Amino acid sequence: MVECNKKGSAAAIAAGIRRALPIVLGYIPIGFAYGVLAGKSGLSDTNTLLMSLVVFAGSSQFIAVGLFASGTGPAAVILTTFVVNLRHMLMAASLAPFLSGWKKRHLTLFSFQLTDETFALHSAAASRLGECRLEALSLNMTAQLSWVVGTLFGIVASGLIDDVRPLGLDYALAAMFIGLLVGQCQNPVRVVTAIFSGGIATLLYLGGWHQFHIIAATVAGATLGLGVELWTRR
Amino acid sequence: MDQTLILWTIAGMAVVTFLPRLLPTLFLSGRNLRPVIVAWLRLVPPAVLAAMLVPSLLVREERFDMGGDNLFFWAALVAFAVAWKWKSLFATVVVGMGLVALGRYLGWGM
Repeated sequence: MVECNKKGSAAAIAAGIRRALPIVLGYIPIGFAYGVLAGKSGLSDTNTLLMSLVVFAGSSQFIAVGLFASGTGPAAVILTTFVVNLRHMLMAASLAPFLSGWKKRHLTLFSFQLTDETFALHSAAASRLGECRLEALSLNMTAQLSWVVGTLFGIVASGLIDDVRPLGLDYALAAMFIGLLVGQCQNPVRVVTAIFSGGIATLLYLGGWHQFHIIAATVAGATLGLGVELWTRR
Repeated sequence: MDQTLILWTIAGMAVVTFLPRLLPTLFLSGRNLRPVIVAWLRLVPPAVLAAMLVPSLLVREERFDMGGDNLFFWAALVAFAVAWKWKSLFATVVVGMGLVALGRYLGWGM
């Protein structure tokens, strides 16, 4: 395994950019779809770009744009964002043991850019995180830069596109969830958990819960999945 | 909606997104959680993704719908296969959006 400390800064930054390339490929088209939809939903160009800069959480940005379009108030938008992004807390918690030698300002920057995709790459090489700080930060920065670039393309295109439906742009979020979900389903217990959670969310949604179905189904699905895991292990 | 109000909402979104990302790395490094809690936490990402995804595929206009003209559902089956085979977010998104676009072009579904 390469020892990061022995590499120069330029080599570490380059390594981070190289590792981020698969994320860049995903983020540019999805960021583009977000930029177009935000413009079509009545967000100003500045607010559309600002959200990609300060929130940087793809799924919640799409959901927020939909809520803005339907006239939902600020409190409900913020609460939904909190619920949808709470999963990053679990990802941060699982990386935390490997970040023990980092300074606070580096941890702050690293955490700000922690997404489903950057988490997947970092957790696959978690044991190297302690000494590969610059490479990890470069990877994260490249990922957010590509998200912002995709958003900018989308903002420009938003003025040129009359209707997003013929391009399938309104399907970007669902397709992204499918890609992320399959990446998360490495063993049967996780598949069962996803089926429980998806089924419960659908029933709650049909029952009239249009915001809290996500958190309620998540807690119920993960708990049932844990039950299956403990039961099959005996 | 007023753009200034949206701006403040975005600021609120930034705070509630950043804190859950930050607090565990600042305060949890070096500590060990109980194994059963860790096992539960590991199941949360697939659970939350499925909770956000599945209703958007199976419910249309407040009703359960797996009919032939539910384009989102049928495109999802192909997108699942693509994601499973190629493990690529890019390929999954492009194929999913492409199928929905194609379906609408051919006048299939809505």
